[in-house]
Formats: sequence, C-alpha cells, structure tokens
Amino acid sequence: MASNEREVLLSVQDMTVDFGSRRNPFRAVNHVSFDIYRGETFGLVGESGSGKTTIGRAIIRINPISGGEVLYEGERISGRISREKDREVTRKIQMIFQDPMASLNERAKVDYIVSEGLYNVQKGLSEEERRRKVEEALTAVGLLPEFASRFPHEFSGGQRQRIGIARALIMGPQFIIADEPISALDVSIRAQVLNLLAQLQKKYGLTYLFVAHDLSVMRFITDRIAVIHKGVIVELSETEKLFAHPLHPYTRALLSAIPLPDPIRERAKVLEVYDPACHDYSVEKPEWVEIEEGHFVRGNKPELEGYRKVLES
Amino acid sequence: MTETVATTPVILSVRDLDVKFHLRGRTLNAIRGISLDLRQGESLAIVGESGSGKSVFTKTFMGLLDQNGEIAGGEILYNGQDLAKYKTEKQWRTIRGREIAMVLQDPMTSLNPLKTIGSQIGEAIAIHQGLHGAALKAKVLEYLRDVGIPDPEGRYKQYPHEFSGGMRQRVVIAIAVACNPKILICDEPTTALDVTIQAQILHLLKELKKKYDLTTIYITHDLGVVANVADRIAVMYAGDIVEIGTCEEVFYSPKHPYTWALLSSLPQLGVKGQDLYSIQGAPPNLFTDIKGDAFAPRNPHALKIDFEERPPYFEVSPTHKARTWLLDPRAPKVEPPEHIRELQKEGVSRFGQQ
Repeated sequence: MASNEREVLLSVQDMTVDFGSRRNPFRAVNHVSFDIYRGETFGLVGESGSGKTTIGRAIIRINPISGGEVLYEGERISGRISREKDREVTRKIQMIFQDPMASLNERAKVDYIVSEGLYNVQKGLSEEERRRKVEEALTAVGLLPEFASRFPHEFSGGQRQRIGIARALIMGPQFIIADEPISALDVSIRAQVLNLLAQLQKKYGLTYLFVAHDLSVMRFITDRIAVIHKGVIVELSETEKLFAHPLHPYTRALLSAIPLPDPIRERAKVLEVYDPACHDYSVEKPEWVEIEEGHFVRGNKPELEGYRKVLES
Repeated sequence: MTETVATTPVILSVRDLDVKFHLRGRTLNAIRGISLDLRQGESLAIVGESGSGKSVFTKTFMGLLDQNGEIAGGEILYNGQDLAKYKTEKQWRTIRGREIAMVLQDPMTSLNPLKTIGSQIGEAIAIHQGLHGAALKAKVLEYLRDVGIPDPEGRYKQYPHEFSGGMRQRVVIAIAVACNPKILICDEPTTALDVTIQAQILHLLKELKKKYDLTTIYITHDLGVVANVADRIAVMYAGDIVEIGTCEEVFYSPKHPYTWALLSSLPQLGVKGQDLYSIQGAPPNLFTDIKGDAFAPRNPHALKIDFEERPPYFEVSPTHKARTWLLDPRAPKVEPPEHIRELQKEGVSRFGQQ
C-alpha cells in the first residue's frame, strides 16, 4: 500500500490482557502498542501461546482488556462505550476465524449464518433486502447464491472458509481480523483463500489484521509484520525489511523454521532455536527502538549495537 | 514397476492395490491400482490433497481400514506374507506396532487422557519388549530422553493435559518407537503444530530414524515440509500415485502437471502483489468411474487423450516416473510454469557443483 497517505485506522496503545483469577493472574498480552494504517495488511506472528490471537480478540472485544486502550479512527472502542458506538464498531470490525469446521453453526443454513449479524445491527431490514445482501456476499466470495439454502456440512473446508468470509463481508466492514484463516486448510485451497482475501481487499478497500504462525504466508500477503513472543512485541517492520534483515533472535528462529521447497537448500539450512535466556536484561533494560526507517526492535543497548552492525554490513 | 537401481532390499511391496468403500449402497474407489516398493532404510513421503487417499493407502498396511472398507484387489507383501489376505485381529496383532507403527496427526486426541505418560509408553514396551518393573521404568525414561523431553523423571508421572502440543507429539512418537517397529508411518505428524515446533519434530524423526534404523513413510499435504526429510516422494491424486521419484527429481524436474500445481501453490514461491497460483476446481468424485487422467478436468495443459485413456507410467529416469500423457513422445511440448523452471535451473546448477 502507498505509504504517503498513512492514516492510522486502528491504534492499540499499551494493551494488557490478563486471564485467570485475581490471585493467580496470567498476563497473555503485556503492554503492547502498534498502529494499523488504513488499507494495509498488518501481520501478527508468533507461536501458540504468544498472545497473538488474544490481541485480535481483544480488539474485537471478545476478551476484555485489563490495561491500555484501543482507538478506532481516533475514538476509543475499548472498555465502556455508548450503545451507538458499540453497534458501529460491530459493523465496521469483523473477524474471520481459524477453523472453518468449528466456526459455523451446524444446525443453521448458510442463509442464516451469513446474515446473522444483520439481524442484530440493521433491524429494520426487509426480508427481500436481506436476501439480496446474502446473495451479494456469497457471490463476492466466489460461491453460488443457491448455496444459501444448504447446511455447512455439505461444504468442503475451503468453501466453509468462504462462508466465514461472506459472514464478515455482509456487514460492510472496513477492518477485518483474520485469525489464522488458512492454517486449517490444504495447501492448494490455501492459495485460493489467500487470493480471495487479496481481491476483496482491493475491491472494498479493506484493512486486514492477519494473525498467523507461519511466516511464509505472511511474506506473501502482509505489508508490515509484528513478531510477538510471550505477549511482548519483539520486532515490528515492513515485511521486506524484516525478511531482508531479521534482527531479533526470535524472529530469526521463526524465519529459519520455514520449510523450503528446495531439497538442497533445505538440507543445508541451519535451524536456529530461540532461547529467551540469551538476553541479559538484569543490568540494561530493553528498549523499543526504531533501528532503521519503519523497522522497530526490542533490545538493550549492547544488543542494539549488535543489530546496527548487522544492518550496516 | 521395475526399478533397476535397486541397491537396498525391498521391505514392503504393494502390487496393484485396490481399496473400495461401501457407503449407502454406493462404492467409492479410494485406491485405484497402486504399486509401490518400499526399500529398507529409506524415507518415503506421500504427498497429496485431502481425499487423495494417502492415509487410506497406508492404513491398509496395518489393517486399520474402517468397517465399510475392503481391499478389493492386489497384494501387500511383507516378509513373504500377503497382508491383504489378513482377516483376524490376531493376525494383525503380529504386524501392528511390532513391525509397522504409526504416528497420527493430532497429538491432542491420540493419547489417553486418563493415564500417565509413563504408563502409556510403558504399556507399549511391556507388550513388545516384555520388560517389567524397574527395567521397564528405566526403558521408558530412556525413550523419553530420546525424544527430547526435558526432566523425564518428573514428566513420567504426568498426564497428557500437562503437556504442550509439541511435547505430546514427542510422547506419541516415543510410544510408536517403543514398539520396536521396522517401519514407522507418520501421518501428517506436524500439521497440528507451530512452524518452529514442526521443524523440531521433523529433526527428531530424522534422528530416531538413524538411531533405530527405521524405514519411514511421511504423509503430508505440504510439499514444503518434505524437502528436508524425504529420500523419495510419491505424489498422490485421486487414489493413484501420479508421480514418484527421488526428492531432487520431484522438486527440480517435476513432470506431472499436478505436481507442478502443488509446487506452484506454495506461498514460499509466490510473488507479492500477484495472485498465488491456485488449482482450479475440486478433486474428482471417486464414487464414479474415472475415465482417462483423473487430473485432466483441472489441468490447463490437458490433452484430448487425457479425457479418454488413463496414461501409463512413463519412465523419466530409473528412479523417476510419472503418469501423464505429456511424457509420450507424440505429445506436444508443454513447458512447466515459470517458477518451476526457475527452481529447476537453480537446482540443476547446484547439482552441477556437487
């Protein structure tokens, strides 16, 4: 996306999410801040348990946040907000879930699944209007309008994921959170869904937050990537810069784990394993620093020095 | 299927295997005449989409077909016996675990949640190696260490829910290896896992293969995963092996359009801003008889004959063959997609250096 008209669409500021009881809390997301610009695809990468899904869910207000705030178009959408605002946010921010086998109501027809959100947000909608919208959404994701009268079990995984996307699209959203939308799919179907997401972005001017654990997919689809480890963002950069100069050892470990479809290079590859003990933060505390334009990394002074050397070489 | 470069003995040999499922009065042809030789000590990867029959194919080696499935023809020769003729559980018990063991896809569901890790591994050792008491425990701890589980003493008494996905998969692997099998079948061993864990598990499987002298079969839908672990790759489509060759041959000079398509759809090879290559349409319905090449309807390079007659295997090299009419000398020359050619060029130049 063009970087000259960088308008911040969503801003996460100092977000903290805790789970568990008060006596025994577990901090899933630890003071995370980032901005997402209008029209871009922002990637959030990390292992299971890193808190990447929690961030997505906290933005869409499935999980309550315990610190910090989320701004959408400059207005706060976390915590207590007015009813009108709530409805507006529900419409503008939508989510696509990971497992299409589990995220569709087995007992409802596609027609209902896709338009369920409309029942809540646009109450005065006539039946005819609603049906037209369902048809539009299904066509937009490459399904036939006739599918509306069928049940989810009649569809394959890729088609189900398309239904999930149609369900998000019908609300006319600006911002879509895609939580590992392709990791449960076959390789060949993955490509179809990725292409579809890219097409829809162009067509409707959508902004995506793309959550995944697989960097190979991220390189293909995202404009900027944040790497998150144990609830802390360790590196954030434009995609190509991140792949050209991965600085943080955790990012490098993630990159080296991508399987290459090339036997000779793959066999020669050295697998890097990230050990959090490699950081010595007892004396020098880590900082969040913009080390080159558009490339942020977390580290203490000696580490940052090392990173700068890597960049210069 | 004569492979002239037979260097190591064949451990398992499949001849013209047909598997059918009976479903509500209809018949589904899941495996349509596969022949395959598995060599001692090799690691073979079977790659294909869901529904291509790759899991069903390997399940026949262990008599694990569902009730409505049957081996309709062909033979599976192992140790001079035809496994396709095995009927009773008692017969199968001499094979399962002891000779051929399996690691399943989802470590969340393949362990018993009510028993400790130690007792689940111990059970396999007690049955297959006849150890008891202190010797048994010592052996269990040894296997736990082998599969890279830290603090085996403490972990011994724990239950599956106390383990992460990657650790559980290690336990499942320990159980499979503890049976002392000759052949280890890994059915999508890493699809449910994170990329970093995936790399570790693949590394582990490679090491165990060396240590216990295993012959391994990997089943996966992701061609990217197998580059590191496979000696040979078999590409399956609609219940048939459409291409088989060494790892280098399949990656650097694939011949079948389906293999091209599978490789092209890998996001690792995609160019940003352009559409990723995707295979149009859906796999064929196996309830109906397939005429010609099963991939023809989805194949942009399909010839007329592809819709009429099933192609035979064309030999590219002694170890490499593919079932496509494109290899027929009368066929028009069709170039593989661009990035496949690039991969080919890179590979060839690097081959030259070695």
